[in-house]
This record gives sequence, structure tokens and C-alpha cells, in this order.
Amino acid sequence: MSNTEFIPDNLPNWTRKDLVGLQSLSEDELNILLHTTTAFKTVGTRHIKKVPALRGKTLVNFFVEPSTRTRVSFELAAARLSADVINMSASASSLTKGETLKDTAKNLEALHADMIVLRHSSAGAAQFLAERLEASVVNAGDGAHEHPTQALLDAFTIRERKGRIAGLHVAIVGDIHFSRVARSNIFALTKLGAKVTLVGPSTLVPRELERLGVSITHDLDSVLPELDVINLLRVQHERQSRSYFPSLGEYTAFFGLTKARAAKLRDDCLIMHPGPINRGVEIDSDVADSARSVILDQVTNGLAVRMAVLYLCNAARFGEVV
Amino acid sequence: MSSSILFKSGRVIDPANARDAVGDILVVDGKVADTGFPVPADAELVDCKGLVIAPGLVDLHVHFREPGQSAKETIASGSRAAAAGGFTTVVCMPNTNPSVDSASVVAWIQEKAKAEACVNVLTTGALTKGIAGEELAPIGALKKAGVVALTDDGRCIQNHELMRRALEYAKMFGLTVMDHCQDYGLVGKGVMHEGYWSTVLGLAGWPAAGEELIVQRNATLAELTGTPIHCQHLSAGGSVRILREARSRGIPLSGEVCPHHIALTDASIQGYNTNFKMNPPLRSEEHVDALLEGIADGTITVLASDHAPHCGFEKEVEFDQAPFGILGLETELGLFLDILVHKKKVIDLPRLIELYTVNPARLLGLDCGTLSPGASGDITLIDPSLEWTVDREASFSLSRNTPFHGWELKGRAVRTVVGGKTVWSH
Repeated sequence: MSNTEFIPDNLPNWTRKDLVGLQSLSEDELNILLHTTTAFKTVGTRHIKKVPALRGKTLVNFFVEPSTRTRVSFELAAARLSADVINMSASASSLTKGETLKDTAKNLEALHADMIVLRHSSAGAAQFLAERLEASVVNAGDGAHEHPTQALLDAFTIRERKGRIAGLHVAIVGDIHFSRVARSNIFALTKLGAKVTLVGPSTLVPRELERLGVSITHDLDSVLPELDVINLLRVQHERQSRSYFPSLGEYTAFFGLTKARAAKLRDDCLIMHPGPINRGVEIDSDVADSARSVILDQVTNGLAVRMAVLYLCNAARFGEVV
Repeated sequence: MSSSILFKSGRVIDPANARDAVGDILVVDGKVADTGFPVPADAELVDCKGLVIAPGLVDLHVHFREPGQSAKETIASGSRAAAAGGFTTVVCMPNTNPSVDSASVVAWIQEKAKAEACVNVLTTGALTKGIAGEELAPIGALKKAGVVALTDDGRCIQNHELMRRALEYAKMFGLTVMDHCQDYGLVGKGVMHEGYWSTVLGLAGWPAAGEELIVQRNATLAELTGTPIHCQHLSAGGSVRILREARSRGIPLSGEVCPHHIALTDASIQGYNTNFKMNPPLRSEEHVDALLEGIADGTITVLASDHAPHCGFEKEVEFDQAPFGILGLETELGLFLDILVHKKKVIDLPRLIELYTVNPARLLGLDCGTLSPGASGDITLIDPSLEWTVDREASFSLSRNTPFHGWELKGRAVRTVVGGKTVWSH
């Protein structure tokens, strides 16, 4: 018997109190998350958009790095599960006064926080907290390491539109080196059987990633006609302390999804972007708004994915409470 | 009234005198006695059957944190850790607070060592003021005060012209320059070896090339100036190749290897445990193999710990925020014996002792590292086959930052004697 009503009998129970990354997850675990997301997606379309799954639970959105959309998405997800939500950001927190991450988190736990959603600029920060707290820890992005809920919502969106993931050819384009979205996507998509190609400037696509079973090319045009999905990463000015390519103009010339390039894509190719988009840089403005673009579906699905993650991690700790 | 101690029937290994035979060593009034010197009737007898009698071991690379960071370690606690590891002489790095860039700090350390240390504690001096890499430290005054070498360890002079002048100036005083080899441009904010694991873990990479370039710089400048340069804690395969080539051409360049760089690889960092974070970082298998090859063929002439204590709360932070460095003194001999001598058979026991005694002593011109008659009675008794388990809670250090807790090792020091006085025994 599964430990929640949403998990089909052919899948095992969800046993993790934390979600720190997708690298350590099995294919079954990824499928549990996607199944549960399907169930929660319907909640958002109901007249009453709220379920009592986390009633009486306290969730802290602890953002030690600026973020708007991910924080809002988690906040809304928690609210729809009836949790009490506190938002803490780095500027408002004690971290600027010299308190360590561990102490801040222990203080939150002393206030009986049940779940902590952590966004942090240091890779490994979510795992660091997960190992030290009784509370559930959900990684909302740790440095250049992982952003598991983003990759889950990407996978969910692909499966929703395409009916499957196995066998699809997905290109991830842009700054792979500094991208936690890319890493989590690689872990999820390769486990679910997709063929993944990384595309970007040679300075921003580490060759070592081939060991994870992905292909690498620096010629975007050569792969466009074969793609089922193209996922364009944001060019992250804030993360690049040094220059990895000559200019945004040259980036767009070689790696931007321009109208001309979009014309080479198959009609049913999905165009994805984790946001926020730089119109005219990695993606042409009209292409971003075109029929093949599922960028806003990703945002909608993000909410359902985060509800599923919060629900499952809580259930693993306390047993099912629906 | 004289005091004497007879170490009886051990395997005496004294590489300085090419000696490796079962025998006795007599220490009278703190000095090694001549062979044939009559054993005084009241001599203390130490049965050394099954043990190695070695010259007291020398570690050229420790951080005892005083002055300024005595919560991490003190000269007193560090010296006890040294004794428990089998070391009778240690050389401290100058990156204290204030740094060792004046005769008064040297004198302070020497006084503190005399009063509180149970082993010989020597200090290096800074190459540049405040270890800032900008202007020369008062090298002459430091030499007069008694520093045994110069280094900016922890940092690395980036300006090659300044390094050249520092070398030329140091030569006048007969001082060896030791260098922490790190190119700041290439390394940037790197916190672990740049490679597969740094990519997967999303941590900033510290490329091997960042060390190799400076080792090459040092080879070039050692040749130009004739000043000996000792490359500290080498971690990269290319460094070993550059060192090998330079030495084959007679350039006064040498290198040391620390135990963690051969015992561990960058794959250990998967759990983001900061006890696996040190500078230079743990590297991948092929670099470890190159270091082992360098130790085997004599390219690497010195083994050392880079004993770098940090408080628990300082290390218990996000990986990229944590300070670099781990403890070393109490585990290094065991690790090297276990890995180099027993498991991988890279070198034999006499060679290991050479790398820990006569080689470091000669490099800096220290009056130790031998059992020659008249030498100071600094002796380490080693049981090369004793099996033991590393227990960080039993450490004499004030800190606990070791990645080796729980490791089962074969071989260790069982007694440490300084000037004829037992300062630690197992």
C-alpha cells in the first residue's frame, strides 16, 4: 500500500522528508512526484483552491538569495495546502549580522517550523540544513548545484504536452556551467529516458557533463530540426563575475532562439524557459509569445509541483494527513 | 648526575647515515652517544623489540595559530599533537595574526615555545609584509631573530618581479623560500578541484593548472636566482612533472606532499563535508597517481602535514564559506605508513623515514633528523604494523577538523623522545 492516495500501487512509498536535489532520486521517485503533481494540478482549477493537507503546519520560505517567482510559487503552494507561511529574505535575516546558516535555521526550528524552503547562493546549502534539522527542507535553488522543483515542473510540462518523456530529444541551451536548472534537468530527464543535448558557448558548457550521458554541441542550428523540446536558460549576468563570452549581441547571434532559428524547429517542438526571460537575448520576443511556447504553462505547473513536493515531504515525516 | 636512556634491540633506521640494522641507541644527557660508549648503570632501558628506532620526525608545514587565533590551536596544544604523531620538530607557518613579519613576533613565538612546547617548535618568517604580497618583509631581521625559512604560505606572491627580488634577497641570508603555489587569476573563488565533481556539485573549480603554472614560475626563478624554492603541499600531476624536469637539470627546486592529497580524491566532497576542504584541494585519481609516482622516483623529497586546525563552528557552514584546512599531525605518519608502505608499496620504510627526517632537515639546514653521535636525542619509536583507529576525540589539538575520523590504519609512532626526554608514549 502506498503512503498517500496519489501514488499508484506500482510505485513505492515516498520516504524522504527533504527534497535537496534530483541526482539521488530514482526513476520511481521522480514518477511519484509527477503523479502527485497531476493530482494537485486539479486543485488549482477548482472553485475553492485549497486543501487541508498542511493545516496547522508552519512553512518558512527562507530566501538567502533574491528571488521573486520561486518564492511566490512556494508561498502560494503552501497557502493552497493550508500551511501557515512566513517569508524571510537575506536582507531581513540575521545572516547579515554574522549569524551562521545553521544558527538561523535552528532558531526557525525552535519556533516549530515544520518545513523550510531554502534558496541560497552556496551549493550544498539545502543538504547542509537537511542533515541538521528535524524539519523538512526543500531546495529552492542552491548556488550552481540544483533547483529540483524547476526541473520537475519542466518534466511535468513536457509529459503533459507530449504524453511521455522517454525517447524525446531535449536541448538545454545557454549558460550550463552556472545553471542549477540545467543540472537538475539533466538528472531528471536522463533518468526518465530523454535524449539530452547541451548547447552553449564552450566556456559555459563543461565537457565533464558528458559523463552523465548527455551530448554537447556548440552549433545550435545543427540540432534544431530534431528537437522535441528546446529549453532556453536565462543568460545570468549576475552570476558571471568574469566574462565568458564577448557580448550579449554575440551570444544572441550564436545561441539566441531568433525567429529564423524558431522556423527550423518542428511544429510540435515545445519552447521552454525557466524565467525570467531576457527578451531579445536568449529568446526573440515574438517567439517567447508564440503558440509553441509553454513558458506560462511552466509557471502554472510549478505551483502544482511545489504542492506535491511539500505534501510528500510532510507525509514522509508525519504520515498522511489529508 | 647524568641521565641516560638506552633504546635496546630495535631496528635502527637512520637514513642520514645509511643505517638500517637491529641495534641499540644510547642517549646521554640529551644527546646521542657514540657507539661503544659504556652504558651507565642507571640508564633507563626501553625495549624496542619489533619497533623501529628512527631519528625524531620533522614536519616542515604546520599552523599552530599563535599569535592571534588561539581558539583553533596553541603552540602548547599543537606541540602535544605533534608529539602524539611522532614529531620532535615542527616548522610553523607565518600566517598568524599578526603575521610573522617582524623580529618581535619571532621572539614571542620562541619564548612561548620554550615555555610551553614539548617538541622543538621552529618558525618561518613572512616573505612580504603582512603576507600581502606587495613589499618585502624585513628578511634580514627575521633571519637574525631565528626564522628557519621564508614563506607567505596561505597566500602566494603573484607579482613575479617581486618574487624574483625576494629570492635574490633571501639568498644573501642562506634562507630557503617555501611557496604555496596558487595562481589567483586561474583559481579565482575555486573551492575544490575543477573537474567532474565540481561540475556536478556546482562548486567553483580550483584547476590543477592554477598550481602548475606557479610551480613552473618557481622552477624558472629558482634557476635564475639560484635560491632554493620548496613547493609546498603539491597536489597536481603537472607540478610533479615540472619538478622532476627541473631537478633533473639541477635547479634547486623541491616539493612536499601531504597525506590527504594521496589518501583522498575530490569524489569525497559529494556530501559537502567541509572537512574535505583544503587548499590546494583534493584532486582526481590521475593526480593522486602522479603524486605517488613522484614519491616513488624521488621527485618528492619531503612529506608534511599542513596541519591546519579550525574551530568546529567555523567549519560547520556552507561548503564555499568554510575555511580551508584540516588537522594532520596525529594522522600523517599512520596514513603514509598505511598507504605508501603497506597498501600501495610505493616506498619502503627507510625511504619514508628519509622523507620525514634527513631530507627536511637538510633542506632548511636544521640541526636534527639524524642519529649521528652528538646529535640531539630526538627519537621516534615506530611500530610499523600496529593497527589502530583514528579517533578525533582523542586528539591533542584544540580542533577536530579531520576527515579521517574512524579510519583504520596500520603503523604509527608509539613513543616520542625530545632531547632524551619522553614527551609522549602510546
